[in-house]
Amino acid sequence: MIDLLQLLIGDSLTRLVFFPMLACLPLLLLRQERTVKRYTLVAALVELGLVLWAVGNRLGAGGAFEPWHDLAESGSPIEWIPRFGIRYELMMDGISLPLVVLTALLLPIVILGSWRGITHQWRGYSASCLLLTSGILGAFLAVDLFLFYVFWELMLVPMYLLIGIWGGRRRVYAAIKFFLFTMAGSLPMLLAILWLAWSHSQIAGAWTFSYDLLSRLDFPIAQQMLLFGAFGLAFAIKVPLVPLHTWLPDAHVEAPTGGSVVLAGVLLKLGTYGFLRFAMPLFPHAASAAQPLLVTLALIGILYGALVAWVQSDMKKLVAYSSVAHLGFVVLGLFAFDQMAWEGALIQMVNHGLSTGALFLLVGMLYDRRHTKEFDQFGGLAKVMPWFATLLVISALASVGLPGLNGFVGEFLILAGSYRAGLALPVIGATFGVVLAALYLLKMLARTLWGPLDRDENRELRDLSLREILTLAPLVILMFAIGVAPERFLTPSREALTTTLAEFHERRDEPAPMALRWRQSAPTPDGIGGERAAIARVER
Amino acid sequence: MLDLLWLVALLPFLGAALGAVLGPRVDKRWTTAVALGAPGLSLLLALGCIFEYVRNVSPEPFQSVCYTWSAAGFDGYMAHEGGYQRFFVYMNLFMGSMLLLVLGSNYLVTFVGWEGVGLCSYLLIGFYYEEKFPPYAGRKAFIVNRIGDFAFLVGLFALVSRFGTLDYRTIFSAVAASPEAMGEPYLLGMSFAGFVGLCLFIGAMGKSAQIPLYVWLPDAMAGPTPVSALIHAATMVTAGVYMVVRSNAIYQLAEGVSGLVAIVGALTAIFAATIGLAQTDIKKVLAYSTVSQLGYMFLAAGLGAYSAAIFHLGTHAFFKALLFLGSGSVIHAMGGEQDLTKMGGLKERLPSTYRTMLIGTLAISGVPLLSGFFSKDQILAAAWGGSKPLWVVGWLTAGLTACYMTRLLLLTFHGEFRGSEEQREHLHESPPVMTWPLWVLATGAVVAGYVGIPRLGQFDIHVFDRFLSPVLLEVGHHGEAHHASVAVELALMAASVAIAAAGIWLAWKIYGAARGLEGGRGWAERYPAVHRALVNKYWVDEAYDATVVRGTWASARGLYRFDAGVIDGLVNGFRHVTVGTSMLSGFFDKYVVDGLVNLVGWLTQAGSRVFRRLQTGLVSQYAMVVVAGMLVLVFFVVLFR
Repeated sequence: MIDLLQLLIGDSLTRLVFFPMLACLPLLLLRQERTVKRYTLVAALVELGLVLWAVGNRLGAGGAFEPWHDLAESGSPIEWIPRFGIRYELMMDGISLPLVVLTALLLPIVILGSWRGITHQWRGYSASCLLLTSGILGAFLAVDLFLFYVFWELMLVPMYLLIGIWGGRRRVYAAIKFFLFTMAGSLPMLLAILWLAWSHSQIAGAWTFSYDLLSRLDFPIAQQMLLFGAFGLAFAIKVPLVPLHTWLPDAHVEAPTGGSVVLAGVLLKLGTYGFLRFAMPLFPHAASAAQPLLVTLALIGILYGALVAWVQSDMKKLVAYSSVAHLGFVVLGLFAFDQMAWEGALIQMVNHGLSTGALFLLVGMLYDRRHTKEFDQFGGLAKVMPWFATLLVISALASVGLPGLNGFVGEFLILAGSYRAGLALPVIGATFGVVLAALYLLKMLARTLWGPLDRDENRELRDLSLREILTLAPLVILMFAIGVAPERFLTPSREALTTTLAEFHERRDEPAPMALRWRQSAPTPDGIGGERAAIARVER
Repeated sequence: MLDLLWLVALLPFLGAALGAVLGPRVDKRWTTAVALGAPGLSLLLALGCIFEYVRNVSPEPFQSVCYTWSAAGFDGYMAHEGGYQRFFVYMNLFMGSMLLLVLGSNYLVTFVGWEGVGLCSYLLIGFYYEEKFPPYAGRKAFIVNRIGDFAFLVGLFALVSRFGTLDYRTIFSAVAASPEAMGEPYLLGMSFAGFVGLCLFIGAMGKSAQIPLYVWLPDAMAGPTPVSALIHAATMVTAGVYMVVRSNAIYQLAEGVSGLVAIVGALTAIFAATIGLAQTDIKKVLAYSTVSQLGYMFLAAGLGAYSAAIFHLGTHAFFKALLFLGSGSVIHAMGGEQDLTKMGGLKERLPSTYRTMLIGTLAISGVPLLSGFFSKDQILAAAWGGSKPLWVVGWLTAGLTACYMTRLLLLTFHGEFRGSEEQREHLHESPPVMTWPLWVLATGAVVAGYVGIPRLGQFDIHVFDRFLSPVLLEVGHHGEAHHASVAVELALMAASVAIAAAGIWLAWKIYGAARGLEGGRGWAERYPAVHRALVNKYWVDEAYDATVVRGTWASARGLYRFDAGVIDGLVNGFRHVTVGTSMLSGFFDKYVVDGLVNLVGWLTQAGSRVFRRLQTGLVSQYAMVVVAGMLVLVFFVVLFR
């Protein structure tokens, strides 16, 4: 407990995770809506500042990023429930770094973007957003599977509230659908986690949920398939992969703008992150065996999502289905098991957060003015809303994958890497998705911005306010920055990806054992204090 | 100077950014200064670089020259239009991207420029965004181009996975080092060179408007005329040719694909030329002419005559930009009218425009001693050496070109004025700021051919060939293209002059003197089916719309219905099953489980109600019951003893 408090006040991951949660408490004392908004914005900015400061301090020369662990003063991880070997263990490396920064970045943007759109119960809204952020950050940083599961479920609740309370007409249906879908996936995952810990006790005599220790286990292929299936289901629902995606359009359409931004921006990434962090390294043989299936699903998602997006008449639904297509690219890249493709997949997770986040915000800004998201209601808005038009064009083009903007970097790396890794035919299919992306996003531009301004209601529309421009500015700036200087954003993650990938290939190339056993080629000790002591204790 | 080359491409981008930041409310003079200053500086730098490194390997000098002259022309043209600043931001963005495309030393940078010009094309075609058609045309251009880009990207993936780099030099020297490896079976039954060549060529088809992806270019004329002149005639659309020539090391090893390039080029050339014969929109005629001339360039590239392709690219840039700017001047004078049937007799009112356009027409028709003659002759000579049927197609196209261009000139400038009175009042020659670029381009259209005077036996002053020789690697066992003898060469020249003369004569016979439209009408009546096919452009747009567009839309709708009906239906069905089961359980719980409980209660109650009657409280009654009971007991005891 004392260790935890020490971490909380020091420069630690714990502080980054729990600051938003603790920042909820003063909300109880605030009465006025205006104060609540301002307070939340400040809290969000402080959180962003803390994250940037901590990360900035740790970026080495040349932009490399060393893994960063939260340890007790004694130098070992903190035991949480020692009886079951459950630890409070947080770690940030190159894989979680970009996603953590993205999460922290989106929080103030969401608050600023909801300034007018949310009209009631601001205290609850603020608390939900802050709690959600804590949950997501925790899930990205936890390396104890039990802790991961706790955060994974924790973030479900505020999201459920965001959709269910501040959502649109069918909000209750959408919220319950979202909740049940996720639960359906996470329960098998919980079972798999328990099985993992129990397996460890079978071979070592003690339970553990620590990822580092569990990754030393080598499962026979049949068990790997079951475990991978259980983890994979949870992650595939989160991504979402076709055909498990139907909760997404409903959740997006009904969620308030801020909810959509977080949902598309980071929540979906937990699925792809989960594959990369847990499912693939823990069960390498099963992951390889599942490659054809997942690549096929990803490819279907890319083409199917794009085509379905094209025929939507609701702007938000269009963007929602475009997420299915974009995340398909990420999954394709992950299951290529190739350095270039992995780098692309990771940066594409961020890219999708930026461009889709911006698109949702822009649609929300339009909705705030006209209270509709139907294409039929618009046309010719470039005339009255030049700022809106400019930013929408940039965001859409980033999403299309135009060179010079961020989307291209991710797509190119994913596709070129996957091609290199021997997935030539799926890549050709996926590349065709690039044509379809132009189809639906240019449709969106054409139906809203271009053409005659023929509706009277639209003639008087205000252009974006300064607040709205400021909300979007960081996203747009990053779109250009990643597009023009991608190397800067790829380096911090490179090391972590190389290590994970090398280990993955090494393990996959050994045959799977007939019975549960320790891994033959144990990884070199990564210098975590007490790690080896823990193993020794467990093995005794 | 050479280390400043990167600035050449960067300057226009800076110009675009600055223009965008300045915003539309700034004084026009500032916008103009930025708009012309950035590319102007870039041009100076480029010229400096070229002087220092004469063997610079791109057609970039031509393009730079075109840029600045055209940019100056736009100034006048756009003066009366809204969105002045927006226009110049897009233009600077375009120039930067185009320079990136041609100056890039690897495929990736070229692709970045390639997409950049595509974006600018989209924005500039849809420049008049408040109307219905231009945004549609822009979208069409972008999407059709994207189909090409898709293949281009796949080609890049193949290259990067084989060579680990996209650098031109590295790839081409690796290709040249092991030509056999390029020929081994690779994917989908093709060799590596064949696969990459095909992918890159499909990319080129999109950008350079070849069959079957040419449909966007005619519609692209919805943009402002200077844009048509610069982007959709002189520069961007030739990017595909540039890329194919640039990748010649690969094409030399892919004979099948090279043959395809030549055939597609030849077919496009004659196909578009025939459509050009019957169009009545002045810009549409020029657009189809561009498609046709690009076909020529691919014909040359496919036959291995790479320098001829680039040579024609250069000369074409001059005369086609000239013709487009000339048509811009005409349209300007006619108050926005683009219909040839409303024009006529403009010769006197627009003398400069007329004279320069006459030069352009003669140049494109292949009249001797003008630029088009030299470049077209080289292509036809290569075709003669490569494949006689292709030569016939190219030769016929030369005649058609002369014919439709002369028709355009006659209908615009000769005969009677056919417009309204109002338009007649309005007729005026354009201001000098628009006419002097015309003269500059006209000079180019005359003299540009002299850098590439054909080689006649020992008489060889072919500057251009030598200029390009460093990029045209000899790969594999292919020798230098066979050069025809002097006699054959001269005969070929005579043949092309003859067919050009025939084309001009035919057009004069139909539309010349005062006949005007009447002549054309006679021909249309004589061959109604042909005329209808040509006027409707062989219904290709309609066919695409009926098949590809509608087909995709219908399948997308179908998928959405599947999504909402089947997939989500299953989810909802699951929900209904769950809810149904819960209700059944609830029913069971309420009526069976709880029913039993209640039954017990009810029975107890009912029983109590019956037995309560025994409790009367009268002692005599109780005693009677006791006695009766005893009697019954005694009776049983006695009975069963």
